[in-house]
Amino acid sequence: MPDIDAAFLALPRQELAAAALHRARDLGATFAEFRLERIRSESISLRDSVLESAKDDEDLGLAVRVIHDGTWGFAAGVALTVDEAVVLAEQAVNMAQVSRPINAETIELADEPVYDDVTWISSYEIDPFSVPRAEKVALLTDYSDRVLKADGVAHVSVHVATIHECKYYANSAGTSYTQQRVRIGPTITAHGVAEDRFDSMSSTAPPAGRGWEYMTGTGWNWDDELAQIPGWLAEKLAAPSVEAGTYDVVVDPSNLWLTIHESIGHATELDRALGYEANYAGTSFATLDQLGTLKYGSPVMHVTGDRTAENGLSTVGFDDEGVAGQQWDLVKDGILVGYQVDRRMAKKNEDVLGTPRSNGCAYADSSGHIPIQRMANVSLQPAADGPSTEELISRVRNGIYIVGDKSWSIDMQRYNFQFTGQRFYKITDGKLDGQLRDVAYQATTTDFWGSMEAVGGPQTYVLGGALNCGKAEPSQSGAVSHGCPSALFRGVRILNTTQEAGR
Amino acid sequence: MTAVQLTPQDTVERGLALAAAEGADDCVVLVAETSSTNLRWANNTLTTNGAMRGSSVTVIATVGSGEGTAAGVIGRSSVTEDTLREIVSAAIATARAAGPAEDARPLVDGTASADWALEPEETTVGVYEKFAPSLGESLKRAAAEKRRLYGFANHEVVTLYVGSSTGLRLRQALPRGYVSSTGKNDAHSAWVGTATRDFTDVDALSLDTELTRRLGWAGRTVSVDAGRHPTILPPAAVADLMTYLYWQLDGRDAFEGQTVFSKSGGGTRIGDTLSSQPVNLHSDPALAGLEAFAFAVARSSGGSSSVFDNGLTLTATDWIRGGKLEHLMTSRYTADLIDVPTATPGIENYVLSVDGATGTTDDLVAGLDNGLLLTCLWYIRVVEPQTLLLTGLTRDGVYLVENGEVTGAVNNFRFNESPVDLLARFTAAGATVPSFSREWGDYFSRTATPPLLIPDYNMSSVSQAS
Repeated sequence: MPDIDAAFLALPRQELAAAALHRARDLGATFAEFRLERIRSESISLRDSVLESAKDDEDLGLAVRVIHDGTWGFAAGVALTVDEAVVLAEQAVNMAQVSRPINAETIELADEPVYDDVTWISSYEIDPFSVPRAEKVALLTDYSDRVLKADGVAHVSVHVATIHECKYYANSAGTSYTQQRVRIGPTITAHGVAEDRFDSMSSTAPPAGRGWEYMTGTGWNWDDELAQIPGWLAEKLAAPSVEAGTYDVVVDPSNLWLTIHESIGHATELDRALGYEANYAGTSFATLDQLGTLKYGSPVMHVTGDRTAENGLSTVGFDDEGVAGQQWDLVKDGILVGYQVDRRMAKKNEDVLGTPRSNGCAYADSSGHIPIQRMANVSLQPAADGPSTEELISRVRNGIYIVGDKSWSIDMQRYNFQFTGQRFYKITDGKLDGQLRDVAYQATTTDFWGSMEAVGGPQTYVLGGALNCGKAEPSQSGAVSHGCPSALFRGVRILNTTQEAGR
Repeated sequence: MTAVQLTPQDTVERGLALAAAEGADDCVVLVAETSSTNLRWANNTLTTNGAMRGSSVTVIATVGSGEGTAAGVIGRSSVTEDTLREIVSAAIATARAAGPAEDARPLVDGTASADWALEPEETTVGVYEKFAPSLGESLKRAAAEKRRLYGFANHEVVTLYVGSSTGLRLRQALPRGYVSSTGKNDAHSAWVGTATRDFTDVDALSLDTELTRRLGWAGRTVSVDAGRHPTILPPAAVADLMTYLYWQLDGRDAFEGQTVFSKSGGGTRIGDTLSSQPVNLHSDPALAGLEAFAFAVARSSGGSSSVFDNGLTLTATDWIRGGKLEHLMTSRYTADLIDVPTATPGIENYVLSVDGATGTTDDLVAGLDNGLLLTCLWYIRVVEPQTLLLTGLTRDGVYLVENGEVTGAVNNFRFNESPVDLLARFTAAGATVPSFSREWGDYFSRTATPPLLIPDYNMSSVSQAS
C-alpha cells in the first residue's frame, strides 16, 4: 500500500485550514469548509510510434466555501499562505453577502458524523509519477509498434493520461481528512484506409483507478488486445453495411458502461431531477415524485451507486463535504429506488428520500471549483448464476453483438439516446457471423432497459468508465466507473449511419 | 510560509535565466493569470456563485539543435521562487531524456509587447453591478408569473505572458463573458444566450423578456414526426454545428486520412469546392468584438500545434472562401508535412458568412411556408468522421413555422447531420451576427454566424424531452 505523498503532507494544511475557518466564523459564517488540493497530471501522446507530446502538470490551490446568512459563498486561490487563506474566507463571505438578496432558499446541510484527521488512499500499486518518463515512452512505443507493423494499419495513435490527486479537507464541524487517489486512462487507436473509406479501431481498456501496473498487465491483457486490433480493423474496413431495422442485441460491457452512464448515472442525480442542471446538461425524467414507483427497466435490472468499489474512478474515502463513501441501490428489480445526493439535497428532501443522510456525492474537480453533486460509480449488477456472453448470444436468432464505445449522445431529460461502438458482429442463429459497419443504436431509456431480457453472470462483469464527464457551470470534469455484465436486449432500433448522412 | 510569489514577468525572466544556467539550449515560459467570477441560478433562486483566481506556468525547455532538438514541458498552477527552479530543472531533464522532436523548429524570433510590464488584469463580482440587480428583478418577475428561470453568468479575464530565450516578451489580456438563461413554464422551455466582454451590454430583464416571448410561442403545441424538414437554424444553432467543423480543420489529421477534409486516396481536400454557395469561414485575432490571442500558444504539440511555435504571429486566415476549402490548421511542422506554403495555427474565433446575405432569423421565418425554427442544439458528437456526421438534439424551443409566422411549439428531435453537407445544401441565409453556441459557448464563444435555412434537415427521431 503506497503512502500519502510526503511533499503534500509537508504543506501547511492544518495551518491554512485553521486560518480560513476561523476567519469565516469570525465573519459570521454558520458553516465553513476548506480544501487544499494538489492534482498532478501527465499526458503522453505518440503518433506512429513517435513521441508527439508529453506534458506534466500540477494544479495546486486552496478553496473556502461558507454558508453565511443561509447563502453559499465560495472563493479559491493559489498562494499557500495564511494571508491568502484569510482573504479567501473574506471573499467567500463577501460573495455570500452579495448573493443574499437574490437567494430565495436558506441553505441547510444534512448532519454527518465527524471524522477527525483521518487518512484514505485508493487502491493502486505503482504511482505513475514514480516511473521514469523514458520507461513509459518505451513501453508505449513498443505497444504502438506492435500495431503499426501489422498489414492494413496506416497510422497508430497512443494516448495515456495519468492523475495523482491529493486532498486535505477540513470543516467547521470538526471533520478533517487527507486523501490520495490515482487514476489512469490509456487509449490505443489504429487507423486504416480502404479504397473508398477510412475507419479506426480503438482499444477497449477502460480508464481505471489503478497505477502504472495497469499498463504492464495488471487488470488488462494488453498483449491479447494489441495482437487483435489490426485484424479487427481489417475486418471492419471490409465489413458489409448494416441493414437498418429492429434487432435483438447483446451489448458487451465495453459498450454498455456508457449507456449506463448516460441513461442511468446522470438520470439518477437528484440535482438534475430538481432542476439545478436545467440550464446546462438538463434535467431528468426520473423525477423525485416517482421514487419507488417508476418502472425504469425489466425485473432483471439492479443498479447500485457505489463510492467504495475497488479501482473505481469515483471511489473515495470521503467526498468534498466530509461524507464517507457508501454503496446503495438506485434501481432494484427494475424500479427506481434511490438517487445520488449531497448534504444539501439530503437535508431538503429527507422526507421523500426516507433518510437524512447524504450518500457522499459532492465533488469538485479541483480547488478552483465548487463541490457539486457528482456521480458515484453507478453499476449494473450481474445475475449471481447468470449466463456467459456466448450463452446470451446463443439466444439470438438474428441480431447484433456490440463491443467497445465510440459516439454517444442523449437528450436533456435522458430519454432519447444514440450510441455507436468499435465493433458490431452480426448474430445469425445464435452465433457470431462477421462484423458489420455503419451501426448505431437509438432508443428511449425506459424502453431500452425494459427490453433487457437477461444479464450475464459475474464472469462477464467489467468495470468501464470515463475520465472526463462534464457537468455544471462553470464546467467541471469528473471521473467515474461503471461496472456491468454483458446483457441481452430484444427489439432495439438499429440505424445505418451512412443512410443517416443521406448517402 | 516563506515562499515568495513571483510576478509573471519575474517568473519569465528568472525561468529563462535558470534554464540558460542549467544548460538548456532554448526555453519558452508561458504564464497565464486567470480571474473569474460567476453567478448560477435555478428555480428562481441563486444556487452557487464564486470568484476564482488561477495561475499557470508552463516551462518548455529545449536541448539539441535543428531537427535533433528535444523538448521538455512542465506545467504548474502555482509557482514560487523555490518551485520555479524545480520546474525548470524538470523541464530540462525531461528534454534530455526525450528523443528529438519531429516538430522541432527554431523558436520564434523575439518581439516585445509595449504593455509587457503591466500587471495581470482582474475581474471581480463588481462586474455584475448592473446585471445582478436586473437578474434579481427577473427572478422575482418570473416567480410572480409562475415561470422558472435557470441560468449562468460568467466573466473572466485571462492575461497571458509569453517569454522566450529568443527575445519574445508578449503580453495580452482578454476579457470574456457570457450569459445563458433557460425559462420554463408548466409545459415548455425556452433559451437565450449571449456573449459579452464586460456585462455593460447585458440586461437580465431584456433576456427574460425574450424568454417570455418564446414561451408565448408555445401557446399552441403541435406534434411533428421525425423526418427531413425545412428547418431554420438561427445563428446560435449554426454556431453549435460550425464550431465542430472548425475543430475538424486539423491539417495533419486530414493529410493522414482521418477527417472529412481528407482526400480519397491520400492528401487533403484543400482547393476542393465544399459548397456551390459563396460561403466563407474566416478567423482573425483582431476581429472587433471577437478579439482573440494574437499569437500562437501551445502547451503541447499535436496535429496543428507545436510547442516550438509559441509566439508565432496569428494573422487573418480564410479557411473556406467562396465555398472552397482554402486552408487547414497547421503548425510550421505540419505545414511542411502537408506541403502548404505557410503555417496556419488555430485562432480562437471564427466568422461564418455568406456573400450578399442579409436579414435576420425573423426574415427567414417570414419567407418560409411550412417548416421548423430551432433555438439551439445539444449533446453534439461525431458519429462518422468521414462525412463529419454529427448527432445531437434540439432543446428548449422548437417551433412550427406556417405561412411565414411562428404558430406553435413542436416536440424535440434527435438529428443526424453533417455541417459540411449543410454548407452545401442550405437554400437561404441571413446576415452574419455575433452568436453564442449553446453547447460550446462556455469554451469557445468568439463566433459570428448567419441564420440558415436547410431544406431537408434530418430529424432522425422524436425526443420526449421537454
